[in-house]
Amino acid sequence: MAVDHEMVARVARLARLRLAPAEVAPLAAELNRILGWIDQLQAVDTEGVAPLETVIPITRAWREDVVTEGDCQADLLANAPAAAHGFFAVPKVIE
Amino acid sequence: MAARRSQKPVMAPPYLVNGETGPFEVVIGLEVHAQVISKSKLFSGASTAFGGAPNTRVSLVDAAMPGMLPVLNGECVRQAVRTGLALGCTINRRSRFDRKNYFYADLPAGYQISQYEAPIVGEGAVEIELEDGTRKAVGIERIHLEQDAGKSIHDLHPELSYVDLNRAGVALMEIVSKPDLRSPAEAGAYVTTLRAILRAIGSCDGNMQEGSLRADVNVSVRRPGAPFGTRCEIKNVNSIRFIQQAIAFEARRQVDLIEAGEAVVQETRLFDPERGETRPLRSKEDAHDYRYFPEPDLLPLVLDEAFIEACRASLPELPHARRRRYETELGLSPYVAGVLTADIEESLWFELLLAESAKRQGKPPREVAERAANWMTGDLFAALKRLDRTIADSPVTPAQGAELLALLADGTLSGPLAKQVFEIMLETGENPGVIAEARGLKQVTDTAALEAAVAAVLQANADKVAEYRAGKEKLFGFFVGQVMKASGGKASPALVNDLLKRALG
Repeated sequence: MAVDHEMVARVARLARLRLAPAEVAPLAAELNRILGWIDQLQAVDTEGVAPLETVIPITRAWREDVVTEGDCQADLLANAPAAAHGFFAVPKVIE
Repeated sequence: MAARRSQKPVMAPPYLVNGETGPFEVVIGLEVHAQVISKSKLFSGASTAFGGAPNTRVSLVDAAMPGMLPVLNGECVRQAVRTGLALGCTINRRSRFDRKNYFYADLPAGYQISQYEAPIVGEGAVEIELEDGTRKAVGIERIHLEQDAGKSIHDLHPELSYVDLNRAGVALMEIVSKPDLRSPAEAGAYVTTLRAILRAIGSCDGNMQEGSLRADVNVSVRRPGAPFGTRCEIKNVNSIRFIQQAIAFEARRQVDLIEAGEAVVQETRLFDPERGETRPLRSKEDAHDYRYFPEPDLLPLVLDEAFIEACRASLPELPHARRRRYETELGLSPYVAGVLTADIEESLWFELLLAESAKRQGKPPREVAERAANWMTGDLFAALKRLDRTIADSPVTPAQGAELLALLADGTLSGPLAKQVFEIMLETGENPGVIAEARGLKQVTDTAALEAAVAAVLQANADKVAEYRAGKEKLFGFFVGQVMKASGGKASPALVNDLLKRALG
């Protein structure tokens, strides 16, 4: 699969990245090189080999249903650009 | 009530939207989001309790602070599996979590952890029953586990939106139906049935006001028998009535578009309950490109047979099975059995009432069931409605109800006296026996006292007695009324009848 300039612009928009027009061509080339490397990996015959999901056999790494966290409003809001009345405050987002 | 059993259901005609060029069929599929009952969130140890000061039921995981990792809550897995089993679905021994990527202020990570390609629960079916008695199986496509988002509040500040993450990360089950529904009534019956099952097994509280149960409604129209048309998705509808209204409006809108020679555009819409209409919600053409990929921070979800069997063994009697049992074992009419099994809390209340009634009257449940059921669905439900209460905060307990029924059965109270005592129970919460004793509301069955009252009435109305004896038989009711009045309404009507017949005969 080749990435063209239009695809780069679209993915950037979806990822909320602002690209200068001059950045699009070099990025397309970089992404195509990465995809080329993936293609190279795809060439390996993995027929009958189960995907390796973890190197240590963990199943049921589940947590108990108990309340162990929370009540840290001040910490949560400490780095927020704006907060009011215990809420995060963001530019109005209504459609 | 008994007559209903013999009534044959009248098949309703299919629901069609009539356009100028002919009728259209409506095709509906629902994605129901049901909040899982759990103490903590799907991937963190923060509380799921409703309400609370903003951003207090939030962990660093829920706020997507850098380096925080999700750890799956086993109880949410168990509840999803139990739900799948209750809906007759296949349980996938191996499922996986994926990231659904989009940007919104109340989604701090920029993605929602959901299940895309490999959900925990596969296909199944739910049987619904319409008001006319027709039954229909509605297919379930899948159920997957996912996180809820936070809440944005837009009306507290002119330029800012406020974000509360208390809901962020709470576990939801998304129950996806097949496009098997064909009318607003069917969609309503489906959600009602689903809600009853979820509440019965305790996997979701079904509280639509608090948003514990809400639906995305997919609607399309087509000529009867034609292939599916283009669908629109109406997001986040939070009452059964609104779901039905939204479908009716949307179907009409699509028919009008098609007949005007325009095409239905696949889009997301919202339902405005005040205007009773749907409006387009997201217009950007790439808003739906979620770029799903496997969640790298979580292992695949692997279930073994022992876990699934333990989930199965934990399921209580389901509403439809209970209903069938009420009909066959207790001899209740399908209608009353249906009313008593529509809500789990009411069912459990009835079970207590029934057990206590059987015990007090020393009879098998089957013999006291009809009276208990009629009293509960009649007098009690009417009183609760009048008091604007639910069964959960009924002023009368099942044991008190059973005592009242026993006093009625053994003749201590007559029907009218029982109603009087019941009203006092509702007000004071006292036991019926105590009320009847203290307020002298017991039925008078003392033959000698009543005989004297009968004699007095006949003596005072000698002219009417003569008329009666001359053939004016309808005066009998007059004498009964006079004796009842003389006894202050406490005489046993049956006994008064007997005594009068003897005295006049």
